[in-house]
Amino acid sequence: MIEMKGVNKSYRVRRREAGLGNAVRSLFSREYEEIPALRDLSFAVPDGQIIGYIGPNGAGKSTTIKILSGILRPDSGECRVNGLVPWEDRKRHVARLGVVFGQRSQLWWDVPVIDSMELLRDIYRVSEPCFRENLERLTELLDLGELLKTPARMLSLGQRMRCEIAAALLHSPQVLFLDEPTIGLDAVSKLKVREFILEQNRLCGTTVILTTHDMQDVDALCSRVLLIGKGRLLLDGTTAEIRAMAGENLSTEESVADLYRRFGI
Amino acid sequence: MKKYFSFFKMRLMAGLQYRAAALAGLSTQFVWGGMEILIYRTLWNADPERFPMGVEALASYIWLQQAFLTFFALWQWERELAEAVRDGTVAYELTRPTDLYGMWFARSLAVRLSRGLLRSAPVILLGALIPAPWGLRIRVSPAVLGLFFVSSALMLAVVCAFIMLIYALTFFLEDSRGVMTLVTPLAELLGGAIVPLPFLPEGLRKIAELSPFGAMQNVPLRIFGGDIAGAEIARAMGLQVFWAAVLILSGYALMRAGLRRVCLAGG
Repeated sequence: MIEMKGVNKSYRVRRREAGLGNAVRSLFSREYEEIPALRDLSFAVPDGQIIGYIGPNGAGKSTTIKILSGILRPDSGECRVNGLVPWEDRKRHVARLGVVFGQRSQLWWDVPVIDSMELLRDIYRVSEPCFRENLERLTELLDLGELLKTPARMLSLGQRMRCEIAAALLHSPQVLFLDEPTIGLDAVSKLKVREFILEQNRLCGTTVILTTHDMQDVDALCSRVLLIGKGRLLLDGTTAEIRAMAGENLSTEESVADLYRRFGI
Repeated sequence: MKKYFSFFKMRLMAGLQYRAAALAGLSTQFVWGGMEILIYRTLWNADPERFPMGVEALASYIWLQQAFLTFFALWQWERELAEAVRDGTVAYELTRPTDLYGMWFARSLAVRLSRGLLRSAPVILLGALIPAPWGLRIRVSPAVLGLFFVSSALMLAVVCAFIMLIYALTFFLEDSRGVMTLVTPLAELLGGAIVPLPFLPEGLRKIAELSPFGAMQNVPLRIFGGDIAGAEIARAMGLQVFWAAVLILSGYALMRAGLRRVCLAGG
């Protein structure tokens, strides 16, 4: 169970006008601006759901994920994941959490993937039989095979992403955060990743929060969609409901674009 | 502890695969050591009376310094880690059930060891082949050898703890390169990297020996050559323990404070 209640978070950003004169002036007096990233955000996700967490760039998606992962602490509001406050009980919380940030890598660059996997096994204290079993299953489902012996830097993006997802699931987490897991993937890899996420959810009851800009991901995976814009929750419903709101016979992609325009975000 | 050890092992393995770098470093270090020996020989020939160190002790100091350079060279820090704080990649490391300080400490240690292990043996061998008094001292009592190893371990702790302090500072500054640029020459001078500390003027030498930099290469290298003995060794190793503790505690506290105010921007 993931719960957020009235969460606020803002960043302090330094701003100045262009030009040398203003650069010199900013040496003496700096102007800061409070940029609200999340405003009174509340939602709850029951166990075993796959949630599409969507919104335009800068809406606050990553901030939410970082708060839920215990990396950031919000300015106010409550948040619990399976009973734990993420930033207060960070170590205990992340032990049962899997995270994939599509734009970054958690595999160690210069060594074969299998070395990274074994290191993760020790970090998460996964028992050897459990590790063997998980790795075997993941290898088969994600078609890792030879990839495991290859250094991470020699993998193509699609191959690497499959390894990243496997790496995030070795310790059988109850909750999985996927931040743009299909970014830059070709059609075959995308389908494979989607199929796998569904499988994982069905077999293990893993709760998944998926942030993405790819509405086909959402269509294929998510039973429920949360739409946020400018830090506020704007809509909570199924993809069918989103399409119904936009009216006419629009695809999910077009409906979402229409909603972005309508909400002015 | 096991996870930190696994992490250590991983970095060690990763580091050991850079053969070309080791070979290049090896030849540099041998030539550099030879040059230093020639310079000090000229100085010694000019006035042996005023030479502040025994020739044998000095030669051993130089050869060991070249052999283990990567263990203590402060300028060999990992930009990658400071960069991870700067650009937010550190986020991944925070989603692990581990302590960031312990993880990075293990990593720094492993990187230093792996860089040094490959290239130390040949330099030691070549240094030992050079005839006395300008070669590496070979006849060393087991007691001195033991003290040398213990104080080398302490030296590594001080060096890594110092670097960790710099990484922790990155959470507060936008970039730690500036701090490094300021600190490096100071550390080189006070640490005995440019010239061994006995060659410094009396006042400066005392300050250097008390500073954290004096608790680094200065101690094991002078123990091995026999430049310090008995109570001097006890005092120097006591200072090593002291600085290791102070630097680890302050780095840990600083990193904790930094993580509290961490502000990871961007996608």
